Amino acid sequence: MSDTATPELTIERDLFSKFDEIIAVRENLLSSGVTDPFSLVMEKVLSPTRAICNGRDTILLGTYNYMGMTFDPDVIQAGKDALDQFGAGTTGSRVLNGTYQGHRECEQALREFYAMDHAMVFSTGYQANLGIISTIAGKDDYIILDIDSHASIWDGCALGNAQVVPFKHNDIEAMEKRLKRVPEGAGKLVILEGVYSMLGDVAPLKEMVRVAKEHGAMVLVDEAHSMGFIGEHGRGVAEAQGVIDDVDFIIGTFSKSVGTVGGFCVSNHPKFEIMRLVCRPYVFTASLPPSVVATAATSIRKLMHGADKRAHLWENSRRLHGGLTALGFTLGTSEPQSAIVAVIMPDLERGAGMWEALLHEGLYVNLARPPATPANMTLLRCSLCAEHSAEQVETILGMFERAGKAVGII
Amino acid sequence: MNREEIDRTILSIIEPFNKKGVQITDSTTFAGDLEFDSLTVMDFVAEIEDSFDIIISMNQQAEIENYGQLVDAVNKLQGE
Repeated sequence: MSDTATPELTIERDLFSKFDEIIAVRENLLSSGVTDPFSLVMEKVLSPTRAICNGRDTILLGTYNYMGMTFDPDVIQAGKDALDQFGAGTTGSRVLNGTYQGHRECEQALREFYAMDHAMVFSTGYQANLGIISTIAGKDDYIILDIDSHASIWDGCALGNAQVVPFKHNDIEAMEKRLKRVPEGAGKLVILEGVYSMLGDVAPLKEMVRVAKEHGAMVLVDEAHSMGFIGEHGRGVAEAQGVIDDVDFIIGTFSKSVGTVGGFCVSNHPKFEIMRLVCRPYVFTASLPPSVVATAATSIRKLMHGADKRAHLWENSRRLHGGLTALGFTLGTSEPQSAIVAVIMPDLERGAGMWEALLHEGLYVNLARPPATPANMTLLRCSLCAEHSAEQVETILGMFERAGKAVGII
Repeated sequence: MNREEIDRTILSIIEPFNKKGVQITDSTTFAGDLEFDSLTVMDFVAEIEDSFDIIISMNQQAEIENYGQLVDAVNKLQGE
């Protein structure tokens, strides 16, 4: 090797070279002078719907705080009490020293909430999918799943050894064709979501669960974005469509309607408890801090009686969806199906421009872009909260109108 | 269907996806030569699956980089 080699040449290729394209797209976007949409800091959080961002009082329309439980006084008190009585953390796995009374009480609250026999709490929702999917679907089993599934579902498939077969989003016929082609005798797991978080659309679970069961498959439904809000008891889309009794596993999270962090799986399977010993993402990680399971349990119990809040959240969703449609925006669904209203942007540049214009108006929404989005779309994702007042929703619509006109989208 | 017939069927399926009119040989790669992105791959695989009434799982797709490998894989899967 010559000693005159330039430094540029010596760093030309290394393990980070595979990220060059993403780095270039990001630099190109930021060079246009737009605020970085992926490094926003909230300096103060005033309520479930308001925070100080860059010194500005901002309405939050891009959190998953659907039921506004983060500042519920009972929830906060339960967390403080648990901190005082049980300390800051468990420093251990659920199967060793990391199961406190609070973890058991939290699982009891989940069993009651879903009216199911078993509940298992994970440290995050991501780990719940990772753990359950990779553990129950083994070599020679088949996973049939929607192509728009969340990253945690795909990663659960990647961690296991099963044959992975995707089908077109929400396409019942495409799902059935693939189920029919699975070799005789192979185990089958169908994975669906209640609400798909990018466009806020709901799955036709009634038909899909029926078809899956007709073909002898077990069914796992991720209800992360519907818990607490959809269905008579807030159990999710499977409840709303009357098929919850045929669903083998429901995966959920505490980081949305419940208002803290953590994940879970509920099931009626008679052998479900063995998962605590064989599921690696459950065993080989520290359990949730006592304050977190205490806030989760309190919140879950309050969500059982959240009918009024659910009704108001639906009103908010309908008003925002109708208002944005009337202003001329293109939305992810033609009618409101959940607490998520996705506004489709023409491209990443104008999406980022619109995102920034809204931030200057005092509104925070999620900017979502490929590869997280279906069909390479750039989305401004609005997620409503039961604590948004009717007046705030009108304010939000005014902000969208001004920003949309300034950026030239409407 | 023998290998030759499978080859002809896949060639006709590939045509609308071959936007640049790339000359297809056994060594033509999907990601490189045909510039298929993940969405195109999904639509293309779904058409192949439906035409031959087979499953090409994502695990199997990971092993298929070029056209010749796809024809071989379909030939094998069809025989199963």
